[in-house]
Amino acid sequence: MSHRELDDMLGRGWRKPHFVRNPVLRWSLGAGFLAYLVAAYLTIEVDWGRVYEGLDRGWQFILAFASPDFVSRASDIWEGLLESIVMTVAASVVGILISIPIGLGAARNIAPLPVYVICRGIVAISRALQEIIVAILLVAIFGFGPLAGFLTLSFATIGFLSKLLAEDIEAMDKSQAEAIRASGAGWMQWINYGVQPQVMPRLVGLSMYRVDINFRESAILGLVGAGGIGATLNTAFDRYEYDTAAAILILIIGIVMALEYLSGIVRARFQ
Amino acid sequence: MLRLEKLTKTYKTGDQALKGIDLEVPKGQVLALIGPSGAGKSTMIRCINRLVEPTSGAVWLDDADLTGLGAGALRRARRQMGMIFQEYALVERLTVMENVLSGRLGYVGFWRSFLRRYPQSDVDEAFRLLDRVGLLHMADKRADELSGGQRQRVGICRALIQNPKLLLVDEPTASLDPKTSRQIMRLITELCRERGLAAIINIHDVALAQMFVPRIVGLRFGEIVFDGPPNRLTPEKLTEIYGEEDWEATIETVDEDDDEAAA
Repeated sequence: MSHRELDDMLGRGWRKPHFVRNPVLRWSLGAGFLAYLVAAYLTIEVDWGRVYEGLDRGWQFILAFASPDFVSRASDIWEGLLESIVMTVAASVVGILISIPIGLGAARNIAPLPVYVICRGIVAISRALQEIIVAILLVAIFGFGPLAGFLTLSFATIGFLSKLLAEDIEAMDKSQAEAIRASGAGWMQWINYGVQPQVMPRLVGLSMYRVDINFRESAILGLVGAGGIGATLNTAFDRYEYDTAAAILILIIGIVMALEYLSGIVRARFQ
Repeated sequence: MLRLEKLTKTYKTGDQALKGIDLEVPKGQVLALIGPSGAGKSTMIRCINRLVEPTSGAVWLDDADLTGLGAGALRRARRQMGMIFQEYALVERLTVMENVLSGRLGYVGFWRSFLRRYPQSDVDEAFRLLDRVGLLHMADKRADELSGGQRQRVGICRALIQNPKLLLVDEPTASLDPKTSRQIMRLITELCRERGLAAIINIHDVALAQMFVPRIVGLRFGEIVFDGPPNRLTPEKLTEIYGEEDWEATIETVDEDDDEAAA
């Protein structure tokens, strides 16, 4: 670079180049987004009279938390909770076990193309179908009850865990795996020594997170008849028994927090 | 013992990394492979154990052409070639002992390795090797707790426990300080002498290669442009391998002793 060029640059100030270089395009993109935002908010209709009436009902609901009723429906709550826990544990175990081979197959750096395409296909289907929709379908097939819930959650776990596991495998350190391959290891040994140690902390963390999600989902699935604590919760709302509903919600919150705490401990062990 | 015949590697991008390499390494000979980045050094040693598939040519290890082997036979052939890596390539979340024993994976079955139930003879050999490199007390530490020099020693143990005929060594000192680099090079060459192993050592540091290795092969643009003992490596030859530069200082450091470079 010549000195004349440097002399021109000195004293000129410096700004980071804009992400969108063309100023016309940049400003019109900004203005367009703003206009869309305003238009979008204007389409939301709010009936303030209705809101005023509803405030009272909402307040009732919140007040119920001050006096949750664990007792009068105790056996229903206990039964629902137990069903949810069984559903969560069973679905998580089955889901995670199936996710691992699919996750391996969905990682481009270790799976041959045909296997990769099939596994990615399974992941895509599982992720495209929302839990509630799957649950409605499965309730239609298997009837009301926790079996439909269990299958729904297993199916959803596969999409979630396989995808994230595959992405972690794709991001692993190649040289560690290469070193194991160079020793003459077979494929399974290679996975066990070269790949598994690298992705284990993430797999454990994600699995714990999925158990947490499955428990929360099990409370929703009851609304469409797939069993669990959600069914009990739904009944409580239908009967306007807000105090019982509050008790159930408090239990769900408590269990989710306990799971969060447990997951922290487990993840720390698997660093 | 090892013979490369017209070994060629063309990558999918069209880059010719190796252009018909012919090279013979007799039993027990240690050889340094020098050359600029991108000359094909790393590709060459990876073509030997087929971590990279050669495009054409042959790799003869004793009486077998490795390029035509199927999966099982390749696995058995790889057992005879220990590899030592740049940046160590230890599996960081496994213990030192697991890393060393992973060198036996070509010999033990899946369940044995999965349950970490290695034969007593393997375990004893692992202890012996760790003792030889001075890391016996580290056996149960996790690999990521070790320093660079210590990790490379574990890498050496992992290669040696394979009981190989040949060592493939890829930039063993690239991330080490000058003193540790010399110690590692000395250790590798000593161990090769003790066990009668042949070795191909990729190395950036010309002075280090001249100091420890009796035969030097220079690679440029995928072709061998020098093959001879270290004292024939003149500034003219280095210019041919690497391009124009002042080489006097590089060559002079050869006869200085260890601690000066470390200081």
